[in-house]
Amino acid sequence: MSDLSFSLGLGDGMMLSGPNGSGKTTLLRAIAGFGEITGGKLALEPVPEDDDLSQACLYVGHQNAIKPQLSVLENITFWADFSGGDVDAALASFSMTAIKDVPVAMLSAGQRRRVGLSRLALASQPIWLLDEPATSLDKISVKTLSKIMQAHLDDGGMLIVASHTEFDIPLNKSLELSAREPGVAVAGV
Amino acid sequence: MSEFIAIFKRDVRLAAAQGGGLGLAIGFFLIVVSLFPFGIGPDLKLLARVAPGILWIALLLSVLLSLDRLFQADFEDGSLEQMVVARAPLEMIVFAKVLAHWMTTGVPLILATPVLGLFLNLDEQAFGILVLSMVIGTPALNFVGAAGAALTVGIRRGGLLLSLIVLPLYVPILVFGVSAIQSSLTGPSGSLQTMMILAALTLGSAALAPFAAAAALRVHLR
Repeated sequence: MSDLSFSLGLGDGMMLSGPNGSGKTTLLRAIAGFGEITGGKLALEPVPEDDDLSQACLYVGHQNAIKPQLSVLENITFWADFSGGDVDAALASFSMTAIKDVPVAMLSAGQRRRVGLSRLALASQPIWLLDEPATSLDKISVKTLSKIMQAHLDDGGMLIVASHTEFDIPLNKSLELSAREPGVAVAGV
Repeated sequence: MSEFIAIFKRDVRLAAAQGGGLGLAIGFFLIVVSLFPFGIGPDLKLLARVAPGILWIALLLSVLLSLDRLFQADFEDGSLEQMVVARAPLEMIVFAKVLAHWMTTGVPLILATPVLGLFLNLDEQAFGILVLSMVIGTPALNFVGAAGAALTVGIRRGGLLLSLIVLPLYVPILVFGVSAIQSSLTGPSGSLQTMMILAALTLGSAALAPFAAAAALRVHLR
């Protein structure tokens, strides 16, 4: 990827789009702290004490980071113990209170995605990096996700979402990656 | 510190849950040890003499067998990448995982050892020393193995490569583990020094291996 430039302020959401293979995931992972940036710079302003951008980011990738052997509640409790946050609020965020004792192995793909996304309710990081968050979600869950994203932006959080699904919230910025010349931004606002 | 406890608790629970590999390691240990009397024949004297070595080698292989899942499952479901960018140092997370792994494989294997010692006509006096040498020495197997497991995470057929990397490194632990028992048969003071070297191997690997493993995991998740 090259010739890429964007900035986000408090409460800004950015839609990252582009055809398959254009580098959406690569960009999100680079921001989250995976992978090396060979040129250019990613920075937070004002620069935080530890000068570590990845600490300010919550990255939700294609994988849900949940264990099939454990129940929904056990999975969420682990992430709450690990990174802080309120278990009940996380369970309620994607209305999973009713299925909290079910082993994740017995859930459908969409339900697993909801368990994975419930980490958003535990998060204290100001920047959310969501990679295809709506994969296999039903319409109601997509709406719930939109609401959670909107609440995060209203709180002054920042959001970059790579998705082929439309969310019914206004994201004030967008970045389109083109496939032909990999990584050249053709429309940045 | 809360991250340490969270990881430790979860890994212990996962090992106890279905498909945790705990039963597999113990079953493997049992079968390998019970094959030896069939192979060597019913020579009780010979069995008693090779028993410490057989038990140590079988235990070492059982630990090795369970090692490849140490980071693999977390790598596959995306937990590992969350841990790499977490606020807690990755070295500490690795330490918690290895400790949980030792508690759930090393300790049950050690507990099964005296029973298997009976199969091999192990000298009664050697039982205590054998278990003690394993308690002191086996954490080193897990720590050294963790560095190997981190190097091979995400590689197809990584288990085989893992054996090639880790087994040579197990030689010193095996040598001192077995010699602790042999020297105890000659006199009680003889085993103290070898026990101390075993302890040094465990402490040394506990101090160094988490850094090596964490570095390897970071490279893999690039």
